[in-house]
Amino acid sequence: MHELAVTEQVLQISLDHAERASARRVVAIYLIIGELSSILDDSVQFYWDIISAGTAAQGAHLHFRRAPACFACAVCGSQSEGASWLFECPACGSSQVKLLAGDEFHVEALDVETCPSEVQT
Amino acid sequence: MNQRVQVLEHILAANQTLAEDNRKRLDTAGIFSINLMASPGAGKTSLIERTVPILAHSYRIAVVEGDIATSLDADRAAAAGAQAVQINTGGECHLDAVMLQQALKRLDLAEIDLLVVENVGNLICPASFALGTHASVLVASVPEGDDKPFKYPGMYRGVDVLIINKIDLLPYVHFDMQKFERGVQSLNPGLTTFPLSCQTGQGIAAWQTWLISRLGARG
Repeated sequence: MHELAVTEQVLQISLDHAERASARRVVAIYLIIGELSSILDDSVQFYWDIISAGTAAQGAHLHFRRAPACFACAVCGSQSEGASWLFECPACGSSQVKLLAGDEFHVEALDVETCPSEVQT
Repeated sequence: MNQRVQVLEHILAANQTLAEDNRKRLDTAGIFSINLMASPGAGKTSLIERTVPILAHSYRIAVVEGDIATSLDADRAAAAGAQAVQINTGGECHLDAVMLQQALKRLDLAEIDLLVVENVGNLICPASFALGTHASVLVASVPEGDDKPFKYPGMYRGVDVLIINKIDLLPYVHFDMQKFERGVQSLNPGLTTFPLSCQTGQGIAAWQTWLISRLGARG
């Protein structure tokens, strides 16, 4: 998969928002990854350690929150959770299932270290 | 001291923004464009070879070829009568909006009616990266097997048109069309589908008619 391209974007978004917040350092990054987004956490972490080196986000801890896939059946109206119901409603067996959630792919928030307001020397 | 900053930004938002820029450039030039995706060997370039010579009588066609390496596909598209530009992704498994933006700079957009972007052969990554084209077209093929919608739902969910190529091989390989279509309908109800064979030409006319209707509807 394209984890390198994805990780580069995570870095860019994090640095942009850290700068806007006048932060000195990014400490942690919270990601929301839907169950149906084919991204490997370990692979993102691998690239992260390499590409964040030397930036204000070096060493930031990546938190992955997996959002479950959620479906609504167009026939019986029942809702189901879990990628295994992508093709069939578990309640009535219909194949007319509509995806409600599960393809999220977001940077949710950052923890940043801000500069002390006054530095006495 | 530490501070929490709310972001809630799509990770590929930058690609989406560039894709929208590409779309504006294409619209301004009056171009109809498609993003052709498939697994390797499904027949993307063969479909271009079948489509270009017939439409080239009435329309000016350009092809952007995305490949890991070589210009073999661009050579085939040029031989069929299209203005062709090759993008070698250097190992990247998909095209993204930046690569298309660069390719558009190498084309004379005022001289194009139809732009075909042939993505890298891959059923996973190209689905995640919008290019800014008007329609996403997936080429499936009979020898790949009838389980592909079930194995690559992200790709089948996001496309506007499905081509089922190599239908001349249906008598020779195990391919349950009903099972395949059931998977497709679950993921993408009412998807416009063209079963055809680039080898024999069967079914090609319906696909060409669709393309011509979209070319005629340009604003």
